[in-house]
Amino acid sequence: MRLQLSPELEAFREEMRTFFTTQVPQEIRDTVAAHRHVSKEQYVETQRVLDAAGLAVPHWPVEWGGRDWTPLQRHIWREEMQLANVPEPLAFNTSMIGPVIAAFGNQEQKERFLPKTANLDIWWCQGFSEPDAGSDLASLRTTAVRDGDDWVVNGQKTWTTLGQHADWIFCLVRTDPGAEKKQRGISLLVFPMDSPGVTLRPIELIDGGFEVNEVFFEDVRVPAENLIGEENRGWDYAKFLLGNERVGIARVGSTKSMLAEAKQHAREVSVGGRPLADDPRMAARIAELENELLALELTALRVAANSADGKPHPASSVLKLRGSELQQAATELLVDIAGPLSLASFADDGSDVPDWARVATPHYLNYRKVSIYGGSNEVQRTIIAGSILGL
Amino acid sequence: MNFDYDSEQDDLREAVRGLLSRAYADSEQRRTVVKTDPGFDEKTWTRLAEMGLLGLPFAEEDGGMGAGPIEVAIVAEEIGRVLAPEPFIETVVLAGGLIAAVGTAEQKGELLGGISEGATIAVFAHAEPGTRWTPTAEGVTATQSGDGWTLTGVKEPVPSGARADVLIVSAAIDGGTGLFLVQGDASGLTRTGYRTHDGTRAANVRFEGTAAVALGAGGDQTAAIERALGEARIAYGHEAIGAMDTALRTTAEYLKTRKQFGVTLNKFQALTFRAADMYVSLELARSTALWASMVQDCGGDVVSAADRARLQVSRAGRHIGKEAIQLHGGIGVTAEYSVGHYTSRLTAIDHLLGDGDWAADRLAATVTSYETVDPLGAPYA
Ligand SMILES: Cc1cc2nc3c(=O)[nH]c(=O)nc-3n(C[C@H](O)[C@H](O)[C@H](O)COP(=O)(O)OP(=O)(O)OC[C@H]3O[C@@H](n4cnc5c(N)ncnc54)[C@H](O)[C@@H]3O)c2cc1C
Repeated sequence: MRLQLSPELEAFREEMRTFFTTQVPQEIRDTVAAHRHVSKEQYVETQRVLDAAGLAVPHWPVEWGGRDWTPLQRHIWREEMQLANVPEPLAFNTSMIGPVIAAFGNQEQKERFLPKTANLDIWWCQGFSEPDAGSDLASLRTTAVRDGDDWVVNGQKTWTTLGQHADWIFCLVRTDPGAEKKQRGISLLVFPMDSPGVTLRPIELIDGGFEVNEVFFEDVRVPAENLIGEENRGWDYAKFLLGNERVGIARVGSTKSMLAEAKQHAREVSVGGRPLADDPRMAARIAELENELLALELTALRVAANSADGKPHPASSVLKLRGSELQQAATELLVDIAGPLSLASFADDGSDVPDWARVATPHYLNYRKVSIYGGSNEVQRTIIAGSILGL
Repeated sequence: MNFDYDSEQDDLREAVRGLLSRAYADSEQRRTVVKTDPGFDEKTWTRLAEMGLLGLPFAEEDGGMGAGPIEVAIVAEEIGRVLAPEPFIETVVLAGGLIAAVGTAEQKGELLGGISEGATIAVFAHAEPGTRWTPTAEGVTATQSGDGWTLTGVKEPVPSGARADVLIVSAAIDGGTGLFLVQGDASGLTRTGYRTHDGTRAANVRFEGTAAVALGAGGDQTAAIERALGEARIAYGHEAIGAMDTALRTTAEYLKTRKQFGVTLNKFQALTFRAADMYVSLELARSTALWASMVQDCGGDVVSAADRARLQVSRAGRHIGKEAIQLHGGIGVTAEYSVGHYTSRLTAIDHLLGDGDWAADRLAATVTSYETVDPLGAPYA
């Protein structure tokens, strides 16, 4: 065992920090830091800056832009990016469909999609969930029926995050309704969002934002060559993809920035003539959260340092479960520091309430989602109980 | 000792529930109403007045109904049950309560009569950007000029502050905090209203040499403000109970109908136990809120009882609000579905007049001054 990073890794960390804090436009990082809405253009601009420097998809195969980094390097890369408030490379592209195409796509698909996916020339969205297939994803009903050289897709997806920006969708569809196990009759298809027969309906969330959509398919014709991997093996690819999704989801760096921000504001808010940060209860609450986060970060490091074969560590469910809880706790802390000012949520510039206090509650309400998506916390507990503890 | 409503109180509850469940028959109706200013339904406000609810706690000679805090609690709970956005607590309990407590006979007759009839919306402009849940004012100062006063400074956020016809304003005076009346059309008054996350409205209210009249005899009113805030905390507690009750019912109903893995969600004990814990939180908070209203009713220490209720309700509101969303899954965070709005409102109530930690700190400051808490003895009864 050894605590310190090697001099090489120390230098690597410095290199990442310098890059993220100097090469990604300040204005974009300020938007993230302020918990304001990041625009499509800002996402695209950031990812292109990263891709040009070989920092958008370091975990991909080297041939397609990967860097052959160790899991620890990847961890450092991600943490530094979050600490610098850089909008992360679009997860749908870089953690989900990209690695799947790289692993299971044919050569033609790799050439056609991977460079554009890394550079965000194609914006992907994830069409997995359906109204009746949430946690129970395998019961999805959207069908694809073979007709000549095409698949004909009918059905509905929901919760499609940022589908309004997307150029392409990767979609789980039922191709063999007669399969004995429902997991066995599912395939993975990709197609453009402007294909005839695709309609999108935005869903408003409780913070007033529009980030998810319902997507309807009516006789959408998808060329047969857009099937990824083998027919009826889509479930395996989905599991591979969701495993990847979970690894980066602890978001330690981003919670760390929120706690630092919270301390800053707690020094500025005064209660009975002294800073709220000096209130023993508030100070203890921050200290406890910091300690929980430390434990999570150390666990993430342990996982990263031990998963040399590239397979998700069994404890990755711990990261998702605790990571989402701590993100939520940090947003709640910010609301409590704002206190009565948090009510000025949609005030405009005529307000005397600072911006951070205005966004605090919408941000908190929005973050209720992080314990629901990407495999809900109940699903993570089921995985821990079942796969890890054998219960 | 009896926690049950008498038959008149039962009738009141049924009547209020009837009115509000027609006005807000589904969450879509509320969404439509809160979308446009003033963020509530003026017609519903008039109906509340016609039913006598807006004059409920005021003396009959002031145009009120002469009822007490239990009746106010009943109305507040029904408001919370459907998240009615009408500013009942703001106008009747808080602003009305202050007028009733310290106003001159003439001010009471005029203002409380107007509130009771639904003609006057009065709100208490008290919160300041630089302070946090105190009974005093610093950011707005009052200066005597002739036989009137002028006010200078900023209040924010002021619930329903842009719509109000009359503002009751707390302001720093020599030797304390005074209370003043400001007419909505006073010169030197600027009000910028906005929507809050829970669909209601608040405002930035700016005073620049604004003409004001002292409420009542003038002088330091800190004690009266503390008491009125206590009464409002109790009332908001009941509103929160109503909201929690609906959030829990909606969640239980959802668990019985939503199917995943071929069964309804209530087949998963992990989920039903969590719903059971929500119920435990709700009932403990309900008992404490009811008790606090009874303390108020019999003239006990309202401020302390309000702090105890606040702490219990705050913890319960957070627990139930978060779990209600989580047990719904994705649909829980959508604006179209009601449960997220309940969580939003519970979060707002928590931060309006003091959250759970704040109440716990106030209670902590006195724990060594007594042996045991006796809910039926001094100082509560
Ligand atoms: C903001 C947001 C963005 C999303 N983005 C996308 C996207 O881009 N693409 C996409 O495909 N999907 C997306 N999702 C969907 C997400 O993956 C699902 O919401 C999630 O899988 C939960 O499904 P559900 O909402 O149907 O809840 P349900 O599955 O109905 O669950 C309801 C509740 O029951 C619990 N539960 C369910 N089954 C069990 C069980 N067996 N044991 C114990 N508890 C159980 C759940 O944990 C939850 O608390 C998004 C969701 C949200 C909220």
